[in-house]
Amino acid sequence: METFTYYPGCTLRTKAKDLDSYARSCAQALGIALEEPSDWQCCGGAYTTAKDEIATKLSAVRTLNAAKQAGNPLVTVCSACHNVIKQTNYDISNDEDMASKVNNYLKLDEAYTGETTVYHYLEMLRDVVGFDNIKAKVVKPFKGKKIAAYYGCLLLRPAKVLAMDDPENPVIMENFIKAIGGTPVIYAQRNECCGGYVTLEDKAQAQKRSSNVMNSAADMGADMIITACPLCLYNLKKNSGSDLPVYYFTELLAEALGLKEDTNE
Amino acid sequence: MNKNLKEQVLRSSGVNVLKCMRCGKCSGTCPSYDEMEYHPHQFVYMVEKGDIETLMKSDSIYKCLTCFACVERCPRGVEPAKVVEAVRLATVRQQGNNHLSPVQIPDMLDDDLPQQAIVTAFRKYAK
Ligand code: SF4
Ligand code: SF4
Repeated sequence: METFTYYPGCTLRTKAKDLDSYARSCAQALGIALEEPSDWQCCGGAYTTAKDEIATKLSAVRTLNAAKQAGNPLVTVCSACHNVIKQTNYDISNDEDMASKVNNYLKLDEAYTGETTVYHYLEMLRDVVGFDNIKAKVVKPFKGKKIAAYYGCLLLRPAKVLAMDDPENPVIMENFIKAIGGTPVIYAQRNECCGGYVTLEDKAQAQKRSSNVMNSAADMGADMIITACPLCLYNLKKNSGSDLPVYYFTELLAEALGLKEDTNE
Repeated sequence: MNKNLKEQVLRSSGVNVLKCMRCGKCSGTCPSYDEMEYHPHQFVYMVEKGDIETLMKSDSIYKCLTCFACVERCPRGVEPAKVVEAVRLATVRQQGNNHLSPVQIPDMLDDDLPQQAIVTAFRKYAK
């Protein structure tokens, strides 16, 4: 059994409990042990790209260092946490000045310089479990279901840093959909932003963005849309005006593996 | 032109604005194009000229979604979003210049709003 240090993040503890609980039950069923660090802090939701920002990067470094101490790779399931933690890890590895300022503040027993390998949960499914192995364990395939994968902005970009998939022509979620027996739907807006945090102060902008995404998926015949991000789920459900169902990918995985009652019929 | 401000933005962003060939691809792909008074390629150009105060006063700095589309699609690797971020930081780091305050939050909440939206907005809009 492979062991990963698992970082849930703030929203999976509250509004996105489904994303979290199915991630845990599926990992167990797939032979992956997830160990949550005893204490962790919110990643901050957005990576501050500025080179002279140090304080806003510390919580991600603490998480990365917890995995290093445990001797595990780190996995996270929320697109935003994944983005923040991978970008932090990249900068700590490549920007000596930033690494030295961060370490000067944290005073760790041993400096953290980017040793931890970070996976998004989907990468763990692809690279560690293997989509073929998932397929073999599916008891309730999504046969005949047209499923649209929504990547949004944070899961793939910047590709040089996140190194997850081709940012313009990704396949990881489509291959996931095939593994659980569904038919992937390709649509133009799958890797464009949902409006993100702007929903707080500019509803109109969030409505415009999220309805573009939903209409694009619906136009291509999607029966449902899946995401890894709680904020995408919120915008697509709440701000798009569309009634296309939106689910977390972990929810569908749990259902396919027979770990959850049907919800989408 | 404010030389100190320009240097601060260049250093903070880590961007070499001279690499820009003004093709406009960043702005063409920007999902906030309609909402922004100044578009990503203009941020790059205006920072090069040192015309930063104009950008700091514009609402455009709060309209960028940090979606990294411009970063990914710029054929010259300029990374315009990092310039937008540096200009926004130069603004919100000024005393009394936060764009979002905790007292505004209760009115913005609904039952489904994820925490993520709030923490991200504070990262972007306040110091
Ligand atoms: S895409 Fe790049 S090179 Fe083209 S205008 Fe934008 S920053 Fe300049
Ligand atoms: S990161 Fe900001 S400026 Fe760049 S494309 Fe996205 S919204 Fe536009």
